[in-house]
Amino acid sequence: MSNKLNWSRKMTVLTLVIFAALYLLIIFFWGLFMNPGEYAVNYDNKLLMPSIGHLFGTDAMGRDMFKRCIKGLSNSIVIGLLASLFSSVVALIFGIASAVWGGVVDRFVKLAVDLCMGLPHLVLLILISYMLGKGTLGVTASVALTHWPGLTRIVRQEVLHLKSSQYVLASQKMGHSPVYIAVHHMIPHVLPAYLIGLVLLFPHAIMHEASVTFLGFGLPKEMPAIGVILSESMNYITTGKWWMAVFPGVMLLIAVILFDVIGETMKKLWNPNSGNE
Amino acid sequence: MKKRKNLVYESIRMVILLFLVSLLAFVLIASSPIDPLVSYIGTESTLSAEAKAEIVEYWGLDAPLPQRFMTWLNNIFHGDMGNSITYKKPVATVIGERFSYSFVLMMISWLISGLIGVVLGIICGLRQGGIFDRIIKLFCLITKSAPTFWLGLMFLVVFAVWLKLFPIGMAVPMGNLASEVTLGDYIYHLILPAITLSVVSMGEIVLYTRQQVVEILNSDFILYAKTRGENIGQIVKRHILRNVLLPAITIQFSSFSELFGGMALAENVFAYPGIGTATTAAALNADAPLLMGVALISAVFVFSGNMIANVLYGVCDPRIREAGLNE
Repeated sequence: MSNKLNWSRKMTVLTLVIFAALYLLIIFFWGLFMNPGEYAVNYDNKLLMPSIGHLFGTDAMGRDMFKRCIKGLSNSIVIGLLASLFSSVVALIFGIASAVWGGVVDRFVKLAVDLCMGLPHLVLLILISYMLGKGTLGVTASVALTHWPGLTRIVRQEVLHLKSSQYVLASQKMGHSPVYIAVHHMIPHVLPAYLIGLVLLFPHAIMHEASVTFLGFGLPKEMPAIGVILSESMNYITTGKWWMAVFPGVMLLIAVILFDVIGETMKKLWNPNSGNE
Repeated sequence: MKKRKNLVYESIRMVILLFLVSLLAFVLIASSPIDPLVSYIGTESTLSAEAKAEIVEYWGLDAPLPQRFMTWLNNIFHGDMGNSITYKKPVATVIGERFSYSFVLMMISWLISGLIGVVLGIICGLRQGGIFDRIIKLFCLITKSAPTFWLGLMFLVVFAVWLKLFPIGMAVPMGNLASEVTLGDYIYHLILPAITLSVVSMGEIVLYTRQQVVEILNSDFILYAKTRGENIGQIVKRHILRNVLLPAITIQFSSFSELFGGMALAENVFAYPGIGTATTAAALNADAPLLMGVALISAVFVFSGNMIANVLYGVCDPRIREAGLNE
């Protein structure tokens, strides 16, 4: 019974991963190599309803919303990828260092985590983006610099558990250095939790990028981005142009949910007890 | 005795953290390339270089960073948070006015999401795997993943534009004098942002409660209760509520950080004149004093949430109380 359950979960994960990877890869490369002419201004097609020619309709400047969404989501994916990679590496280093060395290092890391979590995440994002003069650099840096505390805590907790395990103690007695132990015993063991954390970070990063951009501290107005599109749509939805707001959000939502589901299912697979279903 | 000591320790830790957080915020704001002077006098100012230098000197902008921070800190202790460039009023006044609006919004959503969230979570947990459970779980997954501002936009499209049930924005009708605004108007304009914020923050608590209920139902004492002949109502009242309520409340208190972020986004969608719209206005206009004030008040808000959560845990859960004693 339990074997069968496990198998079906593995299949779910596999199917989901393939589906999500396809969805994101297609959007990513389509957006990356898209000719800017495809979402160029064309005043003949202003504010068209969704149709076969323009799947998501057009905006007030006659730009094709579908193409803008693809390009925008592609930009978001790049930022999300950079941010979650950076954040997760920081978390891995901080978490392991904090647990292995303890003492001053541990205090420093804990203080940094508390500091980062002391402000509401959104306020911190705005402040960092503001410091770097807003724009692409501002939003990328702010998203990359603020997503490590949660994962750091998880890694630190894992390593603390490991620290008192027999084989780590044995390794210590054999005279191996903390760095050797960290690399040979800690990292391989923490890797699954770390990878799951990385997958779960990604949707957060994308969503925060969109939020900061929506508020006007992120990607510049002329760049296609979900946040920009949605903040523009605010001016038109009062007059019934619903498609400008609905579809871009759904595209973003699908990307976020896919990653969330993959991460959560991976978590259950890796630790069957946490699932409890 | 020991517990009181823990509380004192916690308070000291909180004050130190608050100090460091404001230092961090100050450094971030002060090192921005966006010049507060330019935003104050406007980009096309005809002010002479001498006059500009005078303002810089008056504001103390030429002083080194640590000194400026100490001046700011000193002023804070004297109740002076500076003047907002955007609103041409003292920062303390602006924050006072705006935060009261936001506070009402946040607390309403906090209560609604907490109450409905726990109830839904318990029902889902009891009917695990049923159709209701599946629908609610899907709903929670979507609201948990959806960007707050997009959800707000969707509510705006459906309820304000299509059904014309609610106004498009603003906390009070435009063009009315403040004295003419009735409580009814105010509530009317509060509903949509409050619903948005409630729905956004509900997902987490539903899923958490559901998980807890499922775990409790599998425990031995529920089996024993069933063999004693207790019905579902009794089991819920005697065993589930007691075990679920406290962690749920604690989770709600420690979610103040997300609540604040959600509030800021919802306010910007609905043009609700609270602290969230003030934050974006301050950052867009390089209004450094107001931005600093917002950072401070938001940090205090988050800290008080965490503090209450900690205290609640200690007070109500004997296991943790005893663990604290053994430390």
